[in-house]
Amino acid sequence: MNMLTDAAVEEKLQSASKPGVSKMVGKDVTVHYGEKQALFGVNLEVPEKQVMALIGPSGCGKSTFLRCLNRMNDTIDICRVGGSIMLDGEDIYDPRIDVVELRARVGMVFQKPNPFPKSIYENIAYGPRIHGLASKKSEFDEVVETSLQKAGLFNEVKDRLHEPGTGLSGGQQQRLCIARAIAVSPEVILMDEPCSALDPIATAKVEELIDELRENYTIVIVTHSMQQAARVSQRTAMFHLGNLVEEGPTDKMFTNPDDKRTQDYITGRFG
Amino acid sequence: MTPGILAIIVLVLTVAGYFLGRQRALALAKREGVRLHSLPSHYGQAVALFTAVPALLLMGAWLFLQPLLLENQVSSQIPDSVIPEGGARSLVMADVRRIADGMDRLVGSGGLNEDDLSSMRADFSNIRGRLAEVGVALGSDVEPAVFEAAKSYRSIAGTSTLLRNIAVIAVALGFGFLAWRQVRPAMRARNVSETFIRSLLIGSSLVAILTTFGIVTSLLFETIHFFRLYPASEFFFSTVWNPQFRGGSDLGVLPLLWGTFYVSFVALLLAVPIGLMIAIYLAEYSGKALRSFAKPAIEILAGIPTIVYGLFALITVGPFLRDWIAQPLGLGSSSSSVLTAGLVMGIMLIPFVSSLSDDVINAVPQAMRDGSYGLGATQSETIRKVIMPAALPGIVGAILLAASRAIGETMIVVMGAGAAARLGLNPLEAMTTVTVKIVSQLTGDTEFASPETLVAFALGLTLFVFTLGLNILALYIVRKYREQYE
Repeated sequence: MNMLTDAAVEEKLQSASKPGVSKMVGKDVTVHYGEKQALFGVNLEVPEKQVMALIGPSGCGKSTFLRCLNRMNDTIDICRVGGSIMLDGEDIYDPRIDVVELRARVGMVFQKPNPFPKSIYENIAYGPRIHGLASKKSEFDEVVETSLQKAGLFNEVKDRLHEPGTGLSGGQQQRLCIARAIAVSPEVILMDEPCSALDPIATAKVEELIDELRENYTIVIVTHSMQQAARVSQRTAMFHLGNLVEEGPTDKMFTNPDDKRTQDYITGRFG
Repeated sequence: MTPGILAIIVLVLTVAGYFLGRQRALALAKREGVRLHSLPSHYGQAVALFTAVPALLLMGAWLFLQPLLLENQVSSQIPDSVIPEGGARSLVMADVRRIADGMDRLVGSGGLNEDDLSSMRADFSNIRGRLAEVGVALGSDVEPAVFEAAKSYRSIAGTSTLLRNIAVIAVALGFGFLAWRQVRPAMRARNVSETFIRSLLIGSSLVAILTTFGIVTSLLFETIHFFRLYPASEFFFSTVWNPQFRGGSDLGVLPLLWGTFYVSFVALLLAVPIGLMIAIYLAEYSGKALRSFAKPAIEILAGIPTIVYGLFALITVGPFLRDWIAQPLGLGSSSSSVLTAGLVMGIMLIPFVSSLSDDVINAVPQAMRDGSYGLGATQSETIRKVIMPAALPGIVGAILLAASRAIGETMIVVMGAGAAARLGLNPLEAMTTVTVKIVSQLTGDTEFASPETLVAFALGLTLFVFTLGLNILALYIVRKYREQYE
């Protein structure tokens, strides 16, 4: 009985560290910026409803890979993407895919908080408005409130919803941007170094938020902070010079990595 | 010695001062075995500045003040009897200056020597004829008193010029020498040249500010003069503009202001939408190569002289509108009309709107676009809902600058809008603007004593107040916009 339970626990632990269901799958992803190649055939699976951290030294291609996941690279003229990226089994680079719909499903939070120079309310309502997710004022009110609540910002701003979003502190602005992304009910949220412009207290709040969001969303986060990757992610992928070095459960990556480069990077010997 | 040669001498001294100062600094540093506080060239610059600046300032002041003092002294020598009936003392003084100038030329051409000149007398010799030989034409024979005044003008000017040359060179040498003596390794020579550069920059900006101030004051005084002769309430509220040079004119500004605003409105109606769309295309859609070609190409429109636009209005647009629109519709028979001037001015204003708006749209941070695209917005949604609202204050600023340009525009309206002061709504009729009337009130032989001419200054000031107001508003809006992302 006891043994069985232990075995069940063991099995559970095993399954938790396995990729689980893959939400997004990148196959042989290559990226060129003009003449320069930034990614050399990356194969990576993003597990559903987990947090995956992308780590690696500057210029290793982790942000580039992240931006491929919702085709943000399309906005850069000289950028060419090769290989395939699947979202729930559909190739997002298929010409039949509507990039507008894709980005509604795969939202993004940027390095520097970038609230629009509009009111807090309008910042949140922007996404639902362009996607026609709400029409009546009461519906908008509800979307705004739930999004802000999910982002843990509602209590701080509920009395000044109609003041400019740019008037908030840096940490609040970043949580506003997360709330803005949540408001269109995405399935995946991409975060490009979301805490690099924030102080430690604001960072702690955003990390806490990421941990809560894991329940409903698949999250991919690029970070330069090893501690942050260890704190918030379940799986970690290490990039170096445009290649994926290795990918695995975060605990294993930080305690017993297969590749020496990962070991060296995590312990601060290069990077 | 002319001021030019004097300036060259000062410059030569300056260059010499530079090398002497530099050399002394190096020599002293070597002898005392210490490090120089500044670079060797800074010591040279310090000596050079002390040589040049006081001397050139003195020269400038002298050149400015000498004619004034001279005029005063000589004009008191002219008896009232030689001033012709209805003429002015200043006209006689102009003769005095020309005769003195002619005498200089006579001496210069070798026709006369100084002794001959001083013994020459107006009543005995044909001064007018001799001056005509050297190219100085006089309107009438020279009065003896005027000739004597010219002689003394010449001699005072000569002495004064000599004094000036001595003083300027002495100042250059004196200050230069003092500065050279001051040169020692511990001297803070770098600070001297830094201070000089700062004062030079302050001085340059003062020139611009003082000029504006001067223009406004001169306008203001003439306007006050005008309102002493003509009631201000009539000027501001009368709807009739009918100047009569024999007096008794109606000088109501309203028809002119109406024309000005009507033409400007038509121009902006054309320029703002087209300019904005160009700006959006250039900033958001066009590729780099196209943009780097198209933007300067559009800006060429701003470089076309307005008189050329005026010709275009007069010869092409005006007759076209008359023959194809005004006459068939029975709305007018004049080729000059509000629409003609407005359309042509609108074309001129397109680059003002497009170029400034393009800069403003480009200044919207890329992060705003990323944020919007990241939420799944399309390009036009992003432009409409994020970029334009963010850039709006700057765009309003651009439009207001274009508007103040339109209000002040003269040549296009002179040639395109006609000269009839009229309060009306028909855009195919001729109307006129404030600027056109300023030109027409001041054209020809005028003296600034009657309300009919002085009204030009009141019109100018009115216009200035409007454009200044628009500019201030534009600057205020642009500045407020800048704070948004900080």
